[in-house]
Amino acid sequence: MSLLEVKKLTKYFGGLSAVSNVNLELKSNELVGLIGPNGAGKTTLFNLLTGVYQPSEGTIDIENDGKKESVVGKKTYTITDMGFGRTFQNIRLFKDLTVLDNVLIAMHSKSKVGTLKSILRLPSYYASEEKMKQEAIELLKIFSLENKISELAKNLPYGEQRRLEIVRALATKPKVLFLDEPAAGMNPQETADLTALIRQIQKDFKMTILLIEHDMSLVMNVCERIYVLEYGRMIAHGTPEEIKANDQVIKAYLGGE
Amino acid sequence: MKLVNKTNIGWLILAIATFLILQLAVSTGLISAYYEITLVTILINVILAVGLNLIIGFSGQFSLGHAGFMAIGAYTAGIISKYFPHYGGLFLGIIGGIILTSIVALIVGVPTLRLKGDYLAIATLGVAEIIRITIVNMQNVTNGAAGLSGIPYLAKWPLVYVFAVLTVLIVVNYTRSSPGRATIAIREDEIAAESMGINTTKYKTIAFVLGAATAAVGGALHASYFSVIRPGDFTFNKSIDILIIVVFGGIGSVTGSIIAAIVLGILNVFLQPFGSLRMIIYALALIVIMIFKPSGLLGNKEFTISGLLHLFGRKSTIKEEGKK
Ligand SMILES: Nc1ncnc2c1ncn2[C@@H]1O[C@H](COP(=O)(O)OP(=O)(O)OP(=O)(O)O)[C@@H](O)[C@H]1O
Ligand SMILES: [Mg+2]
Repeated sequence: MSLLEVKKLTKYFGGLSAVSNVNLELKSNELVGLIGPNGAGKTTLFNLLTGVYQPSEGTIDIENDGKKESVVGKKTYTITDMGFGRTFQNIRLFKDLTVLDNVLIAMHSKSKVGTLKSILRLPSYYASEEKMKQEAIELLKIFSLENKISELAKNLPYGEQRRLEIVRALATKPKVLFLDEPAAGMNPQETADLTALIRQIQKDFKMTILLIEHDMSLVMNVCERIYVLEYGRMIAHGTPEEIKANDQVIKAYLGGE
Repeated sequence: MKLVNKTNIGWLILAIATFLILQLAVSTGLISAYYEITLVTILINVILAVGLNLIIGFSGQFSLGHAGFMAIGAYTAGIISKYFPHYGGLFLGIIGGIILTSIVALIVGVPTLRLKGDYLAIATLGVAEIIRITIVNMQNVTNGAAGLSGIPYLAKWPLVYVFAVLTVLIVVNYTRSSPGRATIAIREDEIAAESMGINTTKYKTIAFVLGAATAAVGGALHASYFSVIRPGDFTFNKSIDILIIVVFGGIGSVTGSIIAAIVLGILNVFLQPFGSLRMIIYALALIVIMIFKPSGLLGNKEFTISGLLHLFGRKSTIKEEGKK
């Protein structure tokens, strides 16, 4: 069964169809690329999948507890709770909070720490707080951020802010992770390192990742399958080899480079 | 983080020491009956401002109806304690006020806090006015515009002090907990918070209801201490007075609200002899301070004991804090 099944998805902004008639499917345990020129509708597609925007037409079904369920009309936090995490292309960290708090916030909804327990400071409160903190540090370690836990997110260098975005998304314990240009603005070496790390966590956490990335060669190297968007339409879909050989892609995307 | 750590003990000592000093000052007559009114006003303002700061400073929502919730608390406690003129009656009144206020806050909050944007400000502005007009018109229960008098004087200053400490404790515990962090995340970036799985409506509502409930407590104590309440005590101006304390102390700083309540309370006493010029000088003083410190006295920082010790050059404490 597929974890995510998108059919005939369309989103209009006024007269512009930012996403039109898109089909997409994600199975468990795969790393899938989503590429396309600027303004192709990649971020809009992510916003539709995570409930930030509501689709104009089409369906989005996910697998939840072995059953097929539509997420259209669901709130973003419900979709996150069902196991769909994301990062933002334009970093949206909680800038004035510490690195640790950024991660702890993402862990909150699954932690089930209630309001009364927090106000009364029952002994179990301290225990769950300590447990969350340890878990957060473990996640931060993967991305070599464990020495920065008390720093404010806004004071991190750019590359570390990008990594913290991923840690924060991981902290929501997703089955499926949507990464929106996680390496944007990084140099080629940093980009390669980060992509290798993404491949690694995908295997370690047995997750499904949908990765938006501008660097074609990188996507070709790590992704099992690739979707190509252009002007809101899915113009191609296949293995890296198939995409490389696709005339339409070469014309639309590679040719334009 | 443990229950018994240096910071907690430090605050406990500070709260007890302040109480003992005040007790001494009152019993020796240093704080006269007249200045005791100032003391209680400051303490009630601490309760009101800290609660409002939870809404404005931590959840990032704007409430302009604090006086309305205060009025519910004041009238509920006033009416009930007139029937049962002993501490049991007062506590029943406080609890009744909290419950009634929470219900009204839920009715206002749930529909408006679902939306992104400052809808709460408009809604609370209206609701506070509706509450006041309802009180004026419920002649046979509230005695209308003439107000309620003869409320038993039970909330002596030590009781008000205890409630102020409790309110601060509850708000601080909440803001420094997992649900509290979720609430702050909404203030920081609502879309990101939602993408992290946070039910934004829920936490905005919790902060709003909790803040409104503290206003009810403040109102109840006000009624019991002053023995007389009128609908005119709970107008829009009162909401603005409390808002000024929050802004002046620093939005998002609990200790800032406390310090601002004290500073403005004392400033008011010094301005008493100036008669009608008082409000102008008060306003000018506020303007001057906001020009030099636009983010309020403390910004969104907190006054901390370790910070104070640091100021006195006892750096060892800081190092230990850092090691934890
Ligand atoms: N909220 C919105 N309102 C109106 N138009 C929008 C909105 N969001 C996106 N668009 C438009 O939809 C189109 C697709 O934008 P989108 O951000 O999804 O592209 P993208 O593929 O992510 O591009 P990039 O590679 O630059 O990130 C663009 O033309 C954009 O201007
Ligand atoms: Mg984009």
